[in-house]
Amino acid sequence: MKRIYLDYASTTPVDKRVFEAMKPYFSDDFENASALYSGAQKTKQAIEKSRNSIAKFLNCSADEVVFTSGGTESDNMAIFGCLKKFKKGHIITSVIEHPAVLEPIKELEKQGFDVSYLKPDKSGIISVKQVKDALQCDTLLVSIMYANNEIGTIQPIAEIAKVIERERKNRKLKIKNEKLKIIVPIIFHTDACQAAGYLDMNVVDLGIDLLTFNGSKIYAPKGIGVLYIRQGIKIAPMILGGSQEMDLRAGTENVPSIVGLGKAVSIISENDAKKEQKLRDYLIKHLLKFKNVKLNGSTNRLPNNINISVGGVEGESVVLYLDRKGVEIATGSACSSKSLEPSRVITSIADDETAHSSLRITLGRFTTRAELDIFLKEFKDSVEKLREMSAV
Amino acid sequence: MNKKDVIDLKGEGWLYSKIVEDHFFAPRNVMRDGINHKEFNAYGEVGALACGDIMKIWLKIENDKIIDFKWKTFGCASAIASTSILSEMTTGMMIGDAYNITANDIIEALGGLPKRKIHCSILGDQGLRAAIDDYRKSKSN
Repeated sequence: MKRIYLDYASTTPVDKRVFEAMKPYFSDDFENASALYSGAQKTKQAIEKSRNSIAKFLNCSADEVVFTSGGTESDNMAIFGCLKKFKKGHIITSVIEHPAVLEPIKELEKQGFDVSYLKPDKSGIISVKQVKDALQCDTLLVSIMYANNEIGTIQPIAEIAKVIERERKNRKLKIKNEKLKIIVPIIFHTDACQAAGYLDMNVVDLGIDLLTFNGSKIYAPKGIGVLYIRQGIKIAPMILGGSQEMDLRAGTENVPSIVGLGKAVSIISENDAKKEQKLRDYLIKHLLKFKNVKLNGSTNRLPNNINISVGGVEGESVVLYLDRKGVEIATGSACSSKSLEPSRVITSIADDETAHSSLRITLGRFTTRAELDIFLKEFKDSVEKLREMSAV
Repeated sequence: MNKKDVIDLKGEGWLYSKIVEDHFFAPRNVMRDGINHKEFNAYGEVGALACGDIMKIWLKIENDKIIDFKWKTFGCASAIASTSILSEMTTGMMIGDAYNITANDIIEALGGLPKRKIHCSILGDQGLRAAIDDYRKSKSN
């Protein structure tokens, strides 16, 4: 049975071009980049070539790019790293963040930090005004995701950055006027893992201080990520050891994956995004023709994202019925989660029932119209069967 | 690490047991469209939509014996399989015995459930008791 993969937001397959670029660095050019001999220099060059490719992608300088083991590590590093020297202070984030952001922030909350958790509006968007209103004189960190992993909604990062920049200027002015000695810094971090393949990643346009993205969502391998650290932003390392990554992240570099990530960002194309959006809109149009199916989130969403709730059926059941037909999608239902809690993201914009019945269908570079037609047929079949036995 | 989260490598390759799989994909005794509800003399309903599980059970009871069991369930695979296997276990059973069926009996019959899914089976025995209570109440009236 040929599988139809429609869960690209979960992870992407490694693109063959990426895999080809990585191959030499496993068994041939394997030397430790820290060594002196020429083989090692070759490895070092491969790392720096990739760093340059990523710097070009982000429109930053190469020394602002730090390789990590993935999105989760980058988020942890950003949050713990920039607040390490503080014992208390205020943090702004949103309830729809990925756990890789929420859990470190909850940990800091336990240690005495004060946290504002912003709730999105019904369409899944955090407004600039909400951030502005939440700012305090001791706000040290704002962490708002660029695009949401479940409903794909895009947050106004560049506009939020402007508000934060204004706050920064106000604080400087205040220091000058009141002759105070200490400036309270404010840092803006965004988790851009879902956005990286689709949205403007120009950090100058975005006005961001720290930005996370990873390989597993953009056709590079799992286990590789980046934290962009704007020049002048002080981050304390979380993993201590050797002096790799400008003393910010110890450990022998994962060269094949670093090379893969550099290749992956260089082949991201607007045409792919356009193609996916067209297919996505085709699929939404047909899904909304089914009785009692509604779209969760806003139209301002990633071009590959669909999140629907299917009245009368529970998400896990649909996922497993479709899996039997070789179709792979995701759900925000409680039954599918280890915590038995329904998706925080869906419950923040709708009721629990909507979350229990929610399905996430995410398209990707290799999705075809023919696959979507098979999906629609199997979806219809599964939902009909489950609705017939449903108590709702 | 939670041991239940570590999948054994015997090659089973599915979240649930073979019995759960069978009942989930080929549920028995579903109250399908076209079946006349009036043929049943007991009804029980448990769960809530907000919690993600609702179970409705219709019983045909003659001389305190369950002669037909039909159901509808909104829920995940284990909730659906629990109700389906319960319908087979109790058809032909005296209501006194059926009333004593526990969640553990259902889990055993299903060949086990993942730990965090156990509440789904609890719903089944509760639903059955609700239907039997309904029958006893209507009889005493």
